[in-house]
This record gives sequence, C-alpha cells and structure tokens, in this order.
Amino acid sequence: MVDTDAPVISIHRLTKRYGPVTAVRELDLEVRRGEVFGLLGPNGAGKTTTILTLLGLAEPTSGTVRVLGLDPTREAVKVKRQVGYVPDSVGFYPGLTARQNLRYTARLNGLRDVEDRITEVLEQVGLGHAADARAGTFSRGMLQRLGIADALVKNPSVMILDEPTIAIDPEGVRQVLSLIRTLREEHRMTVLLSSHLLYQVQEVCDRVGIFVKGRLVAVGSVAELADRLSEGRVVVEVGVAGDPDAAARRLAEVDGVQEVSREGDLLLAVCGGQSRARIAGALTGAGHTLLHLRQRSSHLDEIYHRYFHHERTE
Amino acid sequence: MNGPSKGWWVVARKEIADHLHSARLAVVAALLSLSGIAAVYAAGGRIRDVAAQAGDDPALFLKLFTVAIENTPFAFVNFVALIGPLLGIAFGFDAVSSERAQRTLPRLLAQPIHRDDVVNGKFVAGLAVIGVLLAALMALVAAIGIVRLGIVPRAEDVGRLLVYLVVSIVYIGCWLAFALMLSIVLQRAATAALTAIGTWLVFSLLAALLAQILAGVFAEPGTVEHAGLEQAFGRASPAIVYEEVTAALLTPELRTLGVILPEQAFRAVPGRLPLDESLLLVWPQITGLVALAAVLFGVAYVAFLRQEVRV
Repeated sequence: MVDTDAPVISIHRLTKRYGPVTAVRELDLEVRRGEVFGLLGPNGAGKTTTILTLLGLAEPTSGTVRVLGLDPTREAVKVKRQVGYVPDSVGFYPGLTARQNLRYTARLNGLRDVEDRITEVLEQVGLGHAADARAGTFSRGMLQRLGIADALVKNPSVMILDEPTIAIDPEGVRQVLSLIRTLREEHRMTVLLSSHLLYQVQEVCDRVGIFVKGRLVAVGSVAELADRLSEGRVVVEVGVAGDPDAAARRLAEVDGVQEVSREGDLLLAVCGGQSRARIAGALTGAGHTLLHLRQRSSHLDEIYHRYFHHERTE
Repeated sequence: MNGPSKGWWVVARKEIADHLHSARLAVVAALLSLSGIAAVYAAGGRIRDVAAQAGDDPALFLKLFTVAIENTPFAFVNFVALIGPLLGIAFGFDAVSSERAQRTLPRLLAQPIHRDDVVNGKFVAGLAVIGVLLAALMALVAAIGIVRLGIVPRAEDVGRLLVYLVVSIVYIGCWLAFALMLSIVLQRAATAALTAIGTWLVFSLLAALLAQILAGVFAEPGTVEHAGLEQAFGRASPAIVYEEVTAALLTPELRTLGVILPEQAFRAVPGRLPLDESLLLVWPQITGLVALAAVLFGVAYVAFLRQEVRV
C-alpha cells in the first residue's frame, strides 16, 4: 500500500509572495504520518498562507508542496478529497441546520447515504443534541466543533485546522483539544494545526514548528525546543522572609548561579540544572527563612517569546 | 463506492433551494406577478372593446401581452422588461459576497470540487429559478387570457411566446451575470446592490433620454439623421435592444425597426410577418444579448478564479 514512512505533508523551499509582500519564505517542513504537528507563530507569520497552498487554494510562487504524495496545485480535487480542513473562524450557512450544512458538504464530496455518518460525526464532536438546530444559533465554540465534524464527514486521513482555539471560551478550548487528541489516537489521523495561542496547544502537539515572519525558526518537540533554548540553564524562583537583598547576595555566591534578579517579592536565579539543589541549603544555612522555591517551567509561550525576540534583534 | 457527482450541480441544487425559500424571491415574484396580471387583466378589457372590429385579427392573443393599461405606457411586456432585471439582480448581488461574509467560502472551496463549480452552479441556479418563474407567470397570464377572452392561441402565437420567453431569460441572465460579477468584485453586498440598481436605472429608464440628448449634439432634431443617430445610441443599452426584440416578436405587423418616413408608410399594405421573418429582423439583437450575457458571465468567472481565497 502506501509507504508508511513517507511524510504525509512535505514542503520544500516554499516561497509565496503577494505582490511586494513575501508571506512565506523558503519554508522546509515535513509532517509525519500519525503525528499532531503545531504550526505556531504570531498573526501574519504566514501560517494560513502555508495551509492554503497545501489545499491548492493558493499557488506557490516557488518551491514544491506535496500532500499524500500529490501536488495540490495540479491535483487539488484529489488532495481535497482526502484532507479535512477547518478554516480560521469557520462559518456555516446560518439558515440551515447543522445536519443540512453537513449534508451539503457530503454531497460536494460525492458521498451518498450519509445520514448515519452525519449523526456519527455530530455525536463525536458533542453536537448530537443540536443536529437540527440552525447554525445561526450556535456559539463560536459550537461552530468550531461543527467545523471539525464538517471536515470529518469525508473521513479524511489528514486534518488541517487553522487556529482551532481562537475566540472560544476555555471550556470550548478544552473540548476542541480533546477532540484533536481523539482524532490522532482513535482514528490514526495526521493533524496539522496552526495557532498563535501557544500554551493552549502545546499539550496536544507531538512536534511544533515556530514560524515568524514567513520563516520557520525552530522545529521539534516542546521538550527539545525548551532544552535547546535554555542551553541547560533553568530559572529558579526564590521567596524569603526578611531582607531580600541579603538573600540575593547569598544566592549569587552559590556555586553555579550565574545571575540573580528581582521580580516583585521574588528573586530569580539563573543557574545550571545541578545547582538548584544547593540553593535551599545555602539560604537556610545563612539564616533565611525560605517561603517559596520553584523551578520555572519553560512552556511554549516563553520559548516562542524568546525565538521571536531573537528574530527581532538579529 | 460513491460515484463522483458534478460539483456545479450540487452547488446549483443548494442555491435553488435557497432561492425558493428566500424572502427576496417572494417580494420580486409578487411584484412581477401583480403588475403582470394587472396589465393582462386591463388589456383583456380593452381587447374586448376592439375585438368587435378586429375579430378576425389572427394575432389577437399576442395583444394580451402588448396592449397597455389604459392611460399608461405599461403592458405586460413592459413590466417584464422593467422588473425582470430586478429579478436577476436579486439572485446575484450577494451570491459570492455572502459566502465571504458568512465565512463559508474557504470551507466550500476546500471541498473536492473545481473552483469554477461555485460560480457556474450559482449562475445556473439563478437562471433556472428565473426561467421557471417567468414561464409560470406567462402560463398564468395565457390562462387568464383564454378564460377572459375566450380565444385560444394558434401554434404560431405559442411559438412567438416561447421565443420571447427564451430571449427574456437571456436578457435577465445578463443582469444576473452582472450582479454576480459585482458580488465577486465588491466586498459588500449593499454596495453591489446599489451599483446594480443604479446601472439598471440608467439603462432601463434614462437610456432613451440620453440617446436623444446625445443625438441632438450631432444632428438637428426632427431630421432623419437625428432619428437614426438616436436609435444607434439607444442600442448601446441592452434594455432598448431587448425592447426591440420584444416588439418584433410579439407584434407580427412590425416589418422594420429602422426609421420610417410617412411617405414610405403611405399606402403600405398592412400585413404580418411569419415568425421566422420576425426572428430574422431582430437576429442581430438576439445575438447581441446572448453575447452580452456570455461576456458578463465570462468576466465574473475570470474574476472569481483569479481572486484570492482570503480577501
């Protein structure tokens, strides 16, 4: 059958220009079968443009794009038959019910006898109760889930979600993310999602690519990116009772601590991974009462800020 | 497994269903039907008055469509010429912009159909609804005529009316294609509607006046030259071209569309042209209308294909 090791999506030196504006610059990217890949970056970084070229809805200025081994520019219909796409703030015909909207999509896909399938996907996204309600009455979060159901009707092998968590409430975000997890785990789908809300999606992504101003500046799992950025250093938050200045001086003397700064009541010590064990001992040994001690997790927001910052200062 | 169905036909079916449920169809259809039926009703009365003398007029049935309401210039055909374009505009002005406004366009284009299926399907759906509506209205009018006047159309009358129906659909199709184009090029449906209605006003109501003024610039009013120029300028308006076709098709007595001097008409033997001769008379006009519809649709088509998905 299909070569299972071949990447589902492969982008090679993709450049897309709109007049004088370069939306995507020399992008190289591979998404492997069965993984959830997060394309992360601020608005206007070129994420949607990249997605549109994957669906043949925008033509690359140069470079090659392959989806499931097909060229989306030449074989758009074949690609779109196998790829489910949920656009950024997806919309539905407000006068039609959820079921009618999905029926239209099913017909456009040339599917027949779809009523059971529609019921199934609506149940799957938790909208079984609203199947016969007009889409115009749906909340943003419900529309987003209906968008996922809409893309699932054709039973795709690849799902592309553009900003799936934008403009919906935290409960809605939780539901959408757990749906994405289900897609991969139970349906073995390959998922490409884009987002600028990094910490929201970091938990569902196997790998992420950080995308800034049309360039991919880093690719890897969240843990890999965190390691690469921190270069083995960690930030430890320290809170003490009494004189923080004295504590700061004592902290700076601890072996391995490279830098100490203050943030409100907290002291921040930048140190090597091993030296954080000595901090508590050193402070209590010097007579300070320790109120708080925590290693800052480098979640994706920080990673992204730092990459973004690097990019700007270069 | 699942056979591929034609994308444009799926789009057209959905659009037809939308049109049939829409309030705008009800409004325009009511406007057209009320005025059309009123015209025929009034015409019926007037025809009965003259039927005593003209009882042997073989084209009496067609008069149902062309005789105006007393003291007004409005006959059935005039109402269709005036309100028909509104029908085309109503089904086209937001065809694509509403998909953008509802954010359904990217999702629609991400389905396995060709991009032109969207614009083709929408155009076909509009034409189909217009055709059915117009055919139903004409059948109703004919039925009223048969009951009120007790005359039955001859085969040639039916032929003339069918050709008139087809040409009317083409003419309204021009406006549909124009409105469709505006819905692609202009972001806001309201702007497109205003532009289309403004154009309709200019071409339907002011064209004759503008042609007259323009002809006055080049020739002395009252001369043959002036009349010829006026007609030539007027033909820049599809509304006037359509009016000529209507006149030739539904008035078999009409033998020429050119300028006729009184001495030419003096002692002319009144006669009627057969349908094929009438068609020959306005063949250039019919061709022109078909070409205009094709060009307008072509512009809409190309504009849609070249447009970015995100605008």
